[in-house]
Amino acid sequence: MDQIILQVLNGLDKGSAYALIALGLTLIFGTLGVVNFAHGALFMLGAFCAITFSRILSLSHVVIDETQKDFLGNPLKVDVPHIYDWFGESAGQAIINWSVPLAILFAIPVMIIIGVIMERGLIKHFYKRPHADQILVTFGLAIVLQEIVKYYFGANQIPNPAPEAFIGSFDFGAAIGLKAGTIIYPYWRIVYFCFAMLLIGSVFAFLQFTTFGMVVRAGMADRETVELLGINIDKRFTIMFGVAAAVAGLAGVMYTPINPPNYHMGMDFLVISFVVVVVGGMGSLPGAVAAGLLLGILESFASMRQVIEALPGINQVVIYLAAIVILLTRPRGLMGRKGVMED
Amino acid sequence: MLGLNRKDASLLIIVAILVALAPVLLNPFPEQSGLAQFNAGYPDLMQRFVIFGIFAIGFNILFGLTGYLSFGHAAFLGAGSYAGVWMLKLLTINVIPAIIISTAVAGIFALIIGFISLRRSGIYFSILTLAFAQMSFALAASVLTPITGGETGLQTALDDPRILDGANATGNIPAPSIFGLQMGDSIQLSLGGWLWTFNVGYYLAALVMLSAFYLAIRIFRSPFGIMLRAIKSNQQRLNYTGLNTKPYMLACFVISGMYAGLAGGLMVSMDPLAGAERMQWTASGEVVLMTILGGVGTLIGPVLGAGLIKYFENIFSKINDNLLHKWFAFMPDGAEDFIVSIIYPFVGKGWHLTLGLIFMAVIIFLPGGLVELGQKVAYIFKKKNPTPTSTPNTKPAE
Repeated sequence: MDQIILQVLNGLDKGSAYALIALGLTLIFGTLGVVNFAHGALFMLGAFCAITFSRILSLSHVVIDETQKDFLGNPLKVDVPHIYDWFGESAGQAIINWSVPLAILFAIPVMIIIGVIMERGLIKHFYKRPHADQILVTFGLAIVLQEIVKYYFGANQIPNPAPEAFIGSFDFGAAIGLKAGTIIYPYWRIVYFCFAMLLIGSVFAFLQFTTFGMVVRAGMADRETVELLGINIDKRFTIMFGVAAAVAGLAGVMYTPINPPNYHMGMDFLVISFVVVVVGGMGSLPGAVAAGLLLGILESFASMRQVIEALPGINQVVIYLAAIVILLTRPRGLMGRKGVMED
Repeated sequence: MLGLNRKDASLLIIVAILVALAPVLLNPFPEQSGLAQFNAGYPDLMQRFVIFGIFAIGFNILFGLTGYLSFGHAAFLGAGSYAGVWMLKLLTINVIPAIIISTAVAGIFALIIGFISLRRSGIYFSILTLAFAQMSFALAASVLTPITGGETGLQTALDDPRILDGANATGNIPAPSIFGLQMGDSIQLSLGGWLWTFNVGYYLAALVMLSAFYLAIRIFRSPFGIMLRAIKSNQQRLNYTGLNTKPYMLACFVISGMYAGLAGGLMVSMDPLAGAERMQWTASGEVVLMTILGGVGTLIGPVLGAGLIKYFENIFSKINDNLLHKWFAFMPDGAEDFIVSIIYPFVGKGWHLTLGLIFMAVIIFLPGGLVELGQKVAYIFKKKNPTPTSTPNTKPAE
């Protein structure tokens, strides 16, 4: 029992990253009809937004501290971040400590701008081209983006710790009345899962309960009619691309404490996210979320020791295996709509 | 000639001549000059040119003719490599059985994967092939370690059985050879400042590449090839005429996989080491890049693309900032640093960036790749003077 709960929990945090990326992919596919292979790169860019933000925060100038001496007896030179001067020392420390959550505020505008530039500058010209061309050009873009990041940040993983308040683990077993110490779960992963659910919920609420969202949904269902009604649907779809980029970026920002980012983390997630989208059903937003969480949980169950002993190597391939089985038995995916990407 | 029309025959002959003279043509700079590092005429790189040429020709038979974009082609290359190394280990150090078996094994592998993947088309097909390739990669790197050597890779060892060669437990590990001629053997010819290396392995690979190229021309021109193009332009209509397209697609997929296996077999013949990373999806992406860069659906395009990418990979990635400073040393210091700092991100370790940018530019502006560029240039040339000086060799499939 405790094993099962533990694996479900383990699956949820990775699954929610899959779900967020797949949600953005589906959003882009459903609105613009573009298969975006650069979406993993957007996830990676988000993670590096967090890194950049924490580096900006810790930009510092040198102050000579007369009270302390270094080993030669000279006054000690201390790096003082600019932020200490502005907000005072304790507030400054708190801000640096909380850089990951605060990076969200930084990443949202940056990612939306990147998304809009990407759509207006490149993807706009590919609506009329075949899907293979769209895949290829965004694949090229992904290579370019990740090489640029590699040039500026280097090829190594860059650690970016979570706020101190969330470091450590939570005894989940004791909280639900099982034996203490059986289900230990890091706080940050709980935060990540809650954040992902909140983000997914707000995207759905945005589409469901606002006029803007209603128009976008109408455009997804029948673009031509919406255009005939005199609505500039292109503009709204561009904004949706920005939103999708921001969702992927935020997934990346919050993922940095779980897995220190490096330049090719996007590609690693992209392949799986595509599998997730296809399993969930092309163009279905709930399908993408459900499939993301399901595959995350499936993956963590397959990494259980007992399962690996019975079926060696299953943890490596279970996601792909699931995708193959689902594509062959339910061609539209779990919740795919009729008439989307059927050829 | 050989069942080809005049245009194709002349293309084949031109390619054959270029390939035969490659050790000379690719070494245009004298050995001691500063430009010598742009020379590509050393055996290791030339072998890679032709081997990846075969891989790309095979990929082009699938993608160029039918429009099915496979993102898992490297799996066949990897399967072929493993089969090849096992033949070298178990049977004989002669490379011929290794090459034949690796082609066959890749074909069987492609038959299984193709049978399942081809039930879907479009992006689903891409994802399915990608999933299969990633699965093979993950399995090869972990569970199948007894067969594949896992992370370290599979290589020949001194105490391999090698049934046909008889036991030799002493001396060095034998190098792959063909009837006694070792793949690494080469004749060096020094003339003036130039040094030319004629390598056995390269010529074997080149010979195989030429026959593969010939076969590809025959496939392109055959009724089978026309059927594949019909599938690309409108599969539904073919189905409505009562024709089952599936056997054609499967045959095409298997042929394409066998080309990849052949390339894998040759690769291990040159260097008997096969690693799992050969199956990773980035390797599949690379062959896609090669084919698109050269020109999808054209005969010569994939070979050009493969050559160009491998040239970039080896030559461009060697340029470092010291070298750049040396080249631009004639400029005033400020200008020199400025130019170097602009160029530096695009060469050396950053050559992937250049590759990505070129690739994007090709997709956006030149969907036909380098071949289309050549045709456009030739067209402009033709318009200027009424007597055409050069004619494009190939035409795109569409």
